[in-house]
Amino acid sequence: MSLQFVVDGLLAGSMIGLGAIGVTLTYSILRFSNFAHGDFMAWGAYATLVCVGAIGALFGKVAPIAPLSFGWPLIVGLIAGMAFTALLVLLLDKVLFSRLRRQEQAIIVVMGSFGASMALRSLLEFIFTSRPTYFSRAIQIAMPVGLGIRITPDQIALLVLTVVLVVGVHLLTTRTQTGRSMQAMSQNPALARVVGIDVAGVVRVTWIIGAALACVAGVMIGILIQIRPFMGFDMLLPMFAAAILGGIGSIPGAVLGGLIIGLAEAGAVQLIGAEWRAAVSFIILMAVLFVRPIGLFGVRER
Amino acid sequence: MIDLLGYGAFFLTTALIFSLVTLGLNLQWGLTGLFNVGLAGFVAIGAYTSALLTTPDDPARLGGLGLPILVGWLGAMVVGGLAAALTGIATLRLKSDYLAITTFGVAVVVQLVALNAQKLTGGPFGIGFIPRPFSGLAETPLLFNLSNLAVVSAVTLVVYLALQHLARSPWGRVLKALREDERAAVSLGKSARFYRVQAFAVGGAIMALAGALQAHFIGFIAPDNYLPILTFQVWVMLIVGGSGSNAGAVAGSVLVWAIWAGSGALTSVLFSPEQQARAAALQIVAIGVMLCVILLVRPTGLFGDRPRRPRLGKHARMAPSEGGSGS
Repeated sequence: MSLQFVVDGLLAGSMIGLGAIGVTLTYSILRFSNFAHGDFMAWGAYATLVCVGAIGALFGKVAPIAPLSFGWPLIVGLIAGMAFTALLVLLLDKVLFSRLRRQEQAIIVVMGSFGASMALRSLLEFIFTSRPTYFSRAIQIAMPVGLGIRITPDQIALLVLTVVLVVGVHLLTTRTQTGRSMQAMSQNPALARVVGIDVAGVVRVTWIIGAALACVAGVMIGILIQIRPFMGFDMLLPMFAAAILGGIGSIPGAVLGGLIIGLAEAGAVQLIGAEWRAAVSFIILMAVLFVRPIGLFGVRER
Repeated sequence: MIDLLGYGAFFLTTALIFSLVTLGLNLQWGLTGLFNVGLAGFVAIGAYTSALLTTPDDPARLGGLGLPILVGWLGAMVVGGLAAALTGIATLRLKSDYLAITTFGVAVVVQLVALNAQKLTGGPFGIGFIPRPFSGLAETPLLFNLSNLAVVSAVTLVVYLALQHLARSPWGRVLKALREDERAAVSLGKSARFYRVQAFAVGGAIMALAGALQAHFIGFIAPDNYLPILTFQVWVMLIVGGSGSNAGAVAGSVLVWAIWAGSGALTSVLFSPEQQARAAALQIVAIGVMLCVILLVRPTGLFGDRPRRPRLGKHARMAPSEGGSGS
């Protein structure tokens, strides 16, 4: 068995982990499992794609940055895409989720997210058709780094980006006042309200972080694999499994869960075959639910 | 005229098969408050089980036992019920969201098995030559369609009456009590988890039966029949009809299927063949928006049960120990 699966697993795990952060935050602060989260990824990827296309139309062809397959337009596009995804999600919260939350039945919100997921995904299919697209069709040469492992410059850049983002979000949620308000909301919403925490603000920040990271994960999938309307929906089960494996509400847990699932998937692809990849998350999910339903870093709810 | 009658029979048969799935979902969600987002998986389990039991022997894959159709239907219910019971046992001691996520996973895995376990399921090409009831009448499509409609109507009626009876029985009253106020019901000595697993299993068995009926009606099944869109359609049917009401489940299914089939026919007339995939996508967008609007404006649906007390809203936050208190 070649060790290449470590690199593949770390990359898949980064995408799953970045998505799982959003899932776990939504679950712990807004208290519902968001089935539309995968589709935020797809919308982020398509928004970035449109932005890159617009820059290309305005400035002509831009040469990629030395070893990478993309140039500054993708970086600008990614930032714009993150902003767009965040706005889209805030809008969705305003017209749908916040109203459903007022009905005080968590499971109605889950159902609403299920409907929104279907509508969002099909809207992408309507606008862009279901044909896969790519940020770049250039083929990168993978560099050998020893032990039979090969890695492309794009992959290195994306792994570094993931580390930076995860550390950033972790610091934001543990070292800032906003982050402490988020923790308070997740631990005891009634009490948080009583001590004067700006609940609406916390909800907004939660959505923005989740949406922005979903966009990054979507663009990563777009760079390394391809962009399709179903790209996010297919990530849903691994993301949920990662969030539960890590323990609901824990950001390091979500990332670690994502990496474990990514590595397990990559290992399974080598050992059993790529077609069974999606079953790995389910098996891990079931194992966690039977053995330790609060996950690795979870706390028993009070 | 004869064509129209034949199409009407075909349409109603499909709608009634959908309403069977919706009835199963109504038992799980409407009566018991269990959220199943993987019902396509249970329908598929029923369809494939019955197909494997009843098709003639096929050297290319396992099974093909050539048993009578009724055995296939019973087998479908048993396997579907067992799968649902296992899912329930794994998740019903936890918060309700975990059940939702797990059922979603079940649907993904069933889809994966249907696609990849070629030896068992025929892979992407599916299983053909599934025996159809009244296949002797296939030369006269009208008679064939009408007799199938009669069978499906009879099964739907039996399931409907059984569910009506169950809902009023002591068993159904316990489920309602658990849905409305779990603590009170538990304090009266009812095991919440045990009753919920039962309800989930019976619902799963009904869904599997619907899958089997459909497989025998069409005579051919493939993984494409059981995509998440099926789950979504059935949910819209239940919500439109009003969860909690069996009559609403049937009415909602016929109504939504009429809208779905009608708008599908309309897009095929209005749009050129290249544009039809896009138009179909727009159709799903419209139904998705419709689901959200109904949830926002009229959560009880057309024939809804009286307004429900929250099961996991405010109460859960005030008394978060509820998830574990039942077992």
